[in-house]
Amino acid sequence: MEILNPKNANAAMLSNYEVFKLLTDLKEQRKDSGKNKHSVGQQNLNTIMYETLKYLSKTPCSRQSPEIVKEFLTTMMPHKLTKAEKLQLLNHRPQTAVEMQLLVEESEERLSEEQIEELIQTVADVLPGDPEQENAAPADAEMDEGSEQS
Amino acid sequence: MFVLVEMVDTVRIPPWSFQRQLNDAIAEELNKKLANKVVYKVGLCICLYDITKLDDSYIFPGDGASHTKVHFRYVVFHPFLDEILIGKIKYCSQEGVHVTMGFFDDILIPPESLQQPAKFDEAEQVWLWEYETDEGAHDLYMDQGEEIRFRVTDEVFVDTSPTGPATATPDTPGQPGQPGQSTAPPAEDAGEKKEAPYTLIGTICEPGLGLLSWWNN
Repeated sequence: MEILNPKNANAAMLSNYEVFKLLTDLKEQRKDSGKNKHSVGQQNLNTIMYETLKYLSKTPCSRQSPEIVKEFLTTMMPHKLTKAEKLQLLNHRPQTAVEMQLLVEESEERLSEEQIEELIQTVADVLPGDPEQENAAPADAEMDEGSEQS
Repeated sequence: MFVLVEMVDTVRIPPWSFQRQLNDAIAEELNKKLANKVVYKVGLCICLYDITKLDDSYIFPGDGASHTKVHFRYVVFHPFLDEILIGKIKYCSQEGVHVTMGFFDDILIPPESLQQPAKFDEAEQVWLWEYETDEGAHDLYMDQGEEIRFRVTDEVFVDTSPTGPATATPDTPGQPGQPGQSTAPPAEDAGEKKEAPYTLIGTICEPGLGLLSWWNN
């Protein structure tokens, strides 16, 4: 087995959402053909799929869709962020300035405080957040329909 | 966090699978070979993304199975340098804080990359951050199971492919009574201590890094 082009082994970077979608689709596909999932050879795939899905379902990517990702990248265009920074913003959905400064390199020099605030606002608007978290802070105008409160 | 890697391999389909669609049989074989395995200098392979090219299948004398050269792309876990990741603390030891992400375990944050000043509590086997404010010093414990945000500073790939028979060792190899520690260790251990093929080294020595509970108010 060989890697094509080993010096530049990454053909592409994937967002967490893309991997999450791929694994969920694969899981559906394998559920239908239930015959040989449990054979010894398939155990590795089962394990890695289960663990990765478990991890990703607790991240913001589980609430994203292709339209949301496209909208996010379009809104991010004027801010002149690198691909890696936009990817991390998409994967982490930062809510505070401290998180922003971690994800965006040299943010003090490249972005003013208002720009950082603006970025946080854009991220919060375009990317869907955790409904449980948003229930606890009802300050936003977004109302969750039919959310149950125990 | 995840990247797509283009690879080429020859896949062997045994005759009893000939009734299956070639693409499905090949996808299953590739996943069987690579899923949840670390490829040296590439990363932890997760699952097949797609097959880009299938060459002709050949049957060789003496083996009834078909051999097909496949070009494909695989989803690989390979965080880039300085990427921010979130994991859970597995346990603490003298070597540092061991973090896990569920599907990937070998993440270490060495003591010098912890928020300073840091101290190791021997009794509870836990690292803590001696956080000083005007009111006094708080000890922030890094307990097991806590979610932690860290930055990737380094990655270590170890080639764990089997080596040949030990060449020139001073002690006779393979004595069953030998304890785990090696006195004159050869370049690669005789297999008693399993080294992780892929380790990530992280840091939490920056504002915003460390336990999530430290920064959420």
